[in-house]
Amino acid sequence: MKEAIAGTLESGDIMVTVGPGKGLEIELQSSVAAQFGRQIKAVITETLEGLGIEDAHVQAIDKGAIDCTIRARVTAAAVRATGKDVWKD
Amino acid sequence: MMFVPGNNPGMMADAHIYGPDSIMLDLEDSVTMAEKDAARLLVYNALKTIDYGSTEMVVRINPLNTPYGKKDVEAVVKAGVDVIRMPKTETADEVRELEAEILKVETEIGRVGETRIMAAIESALGIVNAYEIATSSKRMMGIALGAEDYSANLKTNRTPGGAELLLAREQIVVAARAAGISCFDTVYSNLDDMETFRKEVELIKTLGFDGKSIINPRQIEVVNSVFTPTEKEITKARAVVAAIKEAQAKGSGVISLNGKMVDRPVVLRAERTIALAVAAGVIDKEEVL
Repeated sequence: MKEAIAGTLESGDIMVTVGPGKGLEIELQSSVAAQFGRQIKAVITETLEGLGIEDAHVQAIDKGAIDCTIRARVTAAAVRATGKDVWKD
Repeated sequence: MMFVPGNNPGMMADAHIYGPDSIMLDLEDSVTMAEKDAARLLVYNALKTIDYGSTEMVVRINPLNTPYGKKDVEAVVKAGVDVIRMPKTETADEVRELEAEILKVETEIGRVGETRIMAAIESALGIVNAYEIATSSKRMMGIALGAEDYSANLKTNRTPGGAELLLAREQIVVAARAAGISCFDTVYSNLDDMETFRKEVELIKTLGFDGKSIINPRQIEVVNSVFTPTEKEITKARAVVAAIKEAQAKGSGVISLNGKMVDRPVVLRAERTIALAVAAGVIDKEEVL
C-alpha cells in the first residue's frame, strides 16, 4: 500500500488520505467532530473493512460530508492506495 | 433536466431540492481524467443512498471507447440509475454496444430491462443518423442535442439566435416523434442573460421539444413557466376534450366548437396541453379523468 488522497476541502466534501499503518488508525479533523466524530469514524472503518483493509493510517478533513460521500471518498483513496479497483477491468 | 457535476458532492446532495424534473449527474466533460474514478464512486454512492424522491435520475457516462465507459455502466446500473445518457452518439451500433453492456450488468444483479438509454447527439454524423439512433433500442427513451460539440463539428459558433442549430433541432424533434420517444434541447450556459435564455426556451418549445437541459437551478423557473400552459390554453383544451367526448358518445367523429371545426389534430393538441398542465401541477390528474 502507498499513500493516496481523494476528495476536496469544498463544502459538503471530505478529503481522505489512506496510507500504510498497523491496525486502523483514524485521525479526523471536522468542525462537527464533537457531534458526529464517532459516526464519521464508524463510516470510515466500516468502508475500509468492507474492502478487506485491516491495516491503514487514515487522515480525514471533513467539510460537512454526508455518509455516502464519506464512503465514496474513503473507497477512492483506498483504491488509489492499493491499486485494486472495485469495478471489473 | 439539470446537469450536476459528478465530482461535486455538495451539489449532488442538494440538487433535487430545487425541483427539477430530472437530474443528470455527469461523469463525462465536467470531470477531469484524474478524477474519473472518484466521481464514479461518488455518483454510485449518491444514487444508492440519497432519496431523490420522484426526480428522474440520469447519469452521463464516458464513451465506451474510453477506459472509463464500461466501469461507469457497471457502477450506475448497480446503483439503480433510471437512465444512462450516452454522449457523442453517432450510430445505432454504438447504442447497441451500450445496450449489451447494460444487459450484462443487469443480468448479474437480476434487474433486467430496468435501465433506459438517452442518446446525446453532438455531431453532424449523429444528426444525419438521428432516426436510426432513436429507433436502435427498446430502452431508448429520448434523444438530446449537445450543441457545443455539434457547432464545433460544423465549424461554426453558437449565436444567441441559434441559426446554426436550426436543422439539428428540427431533425432531433422529427426523429424523436417518428420513433415515438422524447426529445430534449441543449444547455444555455450564460446565466447572466436570462432574457436570451427565455427566448431560446420559447423557440425550442415551438419546435416541439419536450424539455430543456439546464445547468443551474435559476433556470428551472423559466423553463417551467414557458412549458406550463396558460389558464386560457387549459380552458380551451378542456372545452375541446369535453366536446369530443360528447361527440363520441353520440357516434360523431367531427364536431364544431364555437363555430370552428374540431378534428383529430386539434384534439391531440388539446390532450397534450392538458398533459403538460398535469405535469406542471397546475391541474389535478383527478380533474381530467
